[in-house]
Amino acid sequence: MTMSEVQPPSLPTNSPKVSPTQYMHDRVRWRLSEALPWIVAVGAFWVFPNYLVLGTQMIIMIIFALSLDLILGYAGIVSLGHAAYFGVGAYTTGILSAHFGWNEPLSGLLMGGMVAGVFGFASGWLLLRYHGLALIMLTLATSIMLYEFANVAEVWTGGFDGLLGITIDPIFGIFESDLWGKTYYWYSLFVLFLVFLAVRRIVYSAFGRGLVGIRENTKRMHAIGSPVHQRLVTIYVISTIIAGFAGALFAQSTAYVTLDVLSFSRSGTVVIVLILGGVGRLYGAFIGSIIYMIIEDELSRISPEFWEFGLGLVLVLVVMFFRRGLLGAAEDAMKRIRGASS
Amino acid sequence: MTTALEVRSVSKNFGALAVTQNVHLSLERGARHALIGPNGAGKTTLINLMTGLLKPDQGSIILAGRDVTSFSQEARVKHGLARTFQINQLFKGLTVIENVALSISERRMHGHDFWSPAWTKSDVLDEAMALLEQLKLESDALVPMQQLPYGRQRLVEIAITLGQQPKVLLLDEPAAGVPSAESHIILDAVDALADDIAILIIEHDMDLVFRFAKSITVLVRGEVLVEGTPDEIAQNAEVKAVYLGEKVNG
Amino acid sequence: MPQFLEAAISIIFDGLAYAMLLFVISVGLSITMGLMGFVNLAHGAFAMAGGYVTVSLMNGLGVPFLPSLGLTFVSIALISIPLERLVYAPLYKATDLDQVLLSIGLVFMAIGAVTFVYGPSPPSVQMPEFLKGQIDLGFKVFPSYRFFVILVGFLMIFLLWFGFERTIIGAKIRAAVDNRSMAQSIGINVDRLFILTFAMGSGLAGIGGGMAIEIVGLSPTFAINYLVLFLIVVVVGGLGSLRGAFLAAIVLGIVDTAGKYIWPEGGAFFIYVVTIAVLLVRPDGFFGKEHVQ
Repeated sequence: MTMSEVQPPSLPTNSPKVSPTQYMHDRVRWRLSEALPWIVAVGAFWVFPNYLVLGTQMIIMIIFALSLDLILGYAGIVSLGHAAYFGVGAYTTGILSAHFGWNEPLSGLLMGGMVAGVFGFASGWLLLRYHGLALIMLTLATSIMLYEFANVAEVWTGGFDGLLGITIDPIFGIFESDLWGKTYYWYSLFVLFLVFLAVRRIVYSAFGRGLVGIRENTKRMHAIGSPVHQRLVTIYVISTIIAGFAGALFAQSTAYVTLDVLSFSRSGTVVIVLILGGVGRLYGAFIGSIIYMIIEDELSRISPEFWEFGLGLVLVLVVMFFRRGLLGAAEDAMKRIRGASS
Repeated sequence: MTTALEVRSVSKNFGALAVTQNVHLSLERGARHALIGPNGAGKTTLINLMTGLLKPDQGSIILAGRDVTSFSQEARVKHGLARTFQINQLFKGLTVIENVALSISERRMHGHDFWSPAWTKSDVLDEAMALLEQLKLESDALVPMQQLPYGRQRLVEIAITLGQQPKVLLLDEPAAGVPSAESHIILDAVDALADDIAILIIEHDMDLVFRFAKSITVLVRGEVLVEGTPDEIAQNAEVKAVYLGEKVNG
Repeated sequence: MPQFLEAAISIIFDGLAYAMLLFVISVGLSITMGLMGFVNLAHGAFAMAGGYVTVSLMNGLGVPFLPSLGLTFVSIALISIPLERLVYAPLYKATDLDQVLLSIGLVFMAIGAVTFVYGPSPPSVQMPEFLKGQIDLGFKVFPSYRFFVILVGFLMIFLLWFGFERTIIGAKIRAAVDNRSMAQSIGINVDRLFILTFAMGSGLAGIGGGMAIEIVGLSPTFAINYLVLFLIVVVVGGLGSLRGAFLAAIVLGIVDTAGKYIWPEGGAFFIYVVTIAVLLVRPDGFFGKEHVQ
């Protein structure tokens, strides 16, 4: 029901030569083209040495968007409050460092993810019994409540002025943070790679297929004996842990956390990024984040209102004409070209 | 224990409207039972009460000797009760074989495994393929659900349910929306099911009902009017008056 | 008068004025969402646009405040009609998410365009004399503008109630909210009904935007800053319910005012606690029709 536009990969249909088992194997197998994003990411380090700080932020956005894709794209959970977990991750890592002197980066990152996951479990367990508009509003209200709470808990969060005094030790005790952001670029890319491997496995697992089942028809999943609520909570927790990692990386790479990490606009942005790239297709998060942040960087340099108007226009156009995102549109175009040539 | 499913004096009200009133119904192992009645008689409500989608106000549901009235839908499925829907409830974005494999995978409790690639190491796909062959759907295995003609979608609806290996199978108008020339395909498929499965069928097409059922319950305004063999039902004056009379009018 | 009582009266009075503002802006959203199930996040943008129309009329053309509000209603209602036909109508059957994204896109476009024309800083308008002063009720003095807002709010609820309960069109709208396909099958033209409701609702939001200038302030980001509040009023009240929107506006207006009075730094917290609590118990809001699965 939710996203029937997302079709199964267009492998040979009706062809007697491909057995179903073969089909399943083929789908999970790594394709050569899947090396492309990583080659680009590594190459960008030498090609754009002056943009590594922006690159790091892109990588963090990709991680955040991947976490949303798990719940939105695969399980069909619409959330307008995903920044809550990004923010909890960021504040956890930031507060550990600023208040407790816990400056070791890897454990700080893990803590950010874990605490976000605990929040994810509590709210997911409660909220995922609801559907549709009520769920959208509940996720939204929960995240704004956290925002207001962080604003009040000034002693811990620094409130409106932001959390200062975050210092992060060298990674593995060796790699210092540097002015050009080289270290954090590699560090974030490494985290992204691990997260991506995990997400990819989850998506193609039996559990992942079950999530798609819930997205496509919750009623039927109940009728074939699937513990739907438990599945949803499980993927929600996984997703919020990853969002927490993204937030923690953000706090570590900028050494500064403001209320903005919890804001409604951040929740909205990540949804937009994912829609732009393509929902429920793994690499949509990559394309969406990169395109979004390049356009943001370029347009807001002209003026902020250009950026706002342009973003709005893109959204309207995507929803009206390219509902399957840029990746989906590219796929359709390829199909048309191939169809014309054969 | 030969009673597969028993409905014991079950009642259900929606506000002031009594949709199910003190209904008794019992399915033996291997039963071929039909539930008929005019529109609005509460047939689908009764199925929803059996499967746990609705909770009865009074009475109990006994599944293979166990009182499952308080059980969730999922728990009842695990105890062997499966159903099809009057309106197709399929996974439209997946291929035909995935629709069936999903059901088998849930039965085998593979759905918790979030690490190994789906269905590649076990024989889930083989079992799914065998089911598709049983319903003559094997050539459609890799077709996306959306592209399948309606009549064949109706068969997948049944295949998904069979993936549960049910002991009790509730079929809610399995031939609904299928041209009558093709409806025999669906009934043949149902006929060919194992003898020990208890089957309850809701159907409007009286030809299908009388061909298939060994026993029939007539439901009118939420109450059991009469229960008996097809011959008894066909001869029953009350049934003719209430049910067939209404059918002529409607 | 005891200090406590005085505070309570202030809270209720200010809360009521705020509630009426919320109600005037949100009620149209509630009806259109109940009617078509369209999650229209751009409703706040109509209010914001209305505010700027009022500003232009008063500061640019010298039109007095009250006629400006009337003209604002008409112009926003008219603008909304082609928008509804061209942009909204194709997505009536789309998912909640698509509607959310489309309408949020419209919000961004509106904010960008208005900022480009008027700049980001809040405009001000010159209120007429009779709205500038204070009204002395013997035990306490209240700003007369807030009286005016409360008055307008009650007038609106009366007019809407009359329109809904006592006219043929109102009866048709109620029928369509209750069961759209049934209404269609007995010959009600739901499409036309919806255009009408959409235009009226947007126009009302426009008036709300005009009235908001002197209460909460107007800026391009008004469209998004208050959006969540409008949505909360609609969802907590129950989609398509007039009395639901009214009750929710009053509860939330007073809770928010009280919260900020008692605890200025953290007051905004309460409204979300109340929202979550209400939705957990009644996912369809105070007077929403229950969704039968």
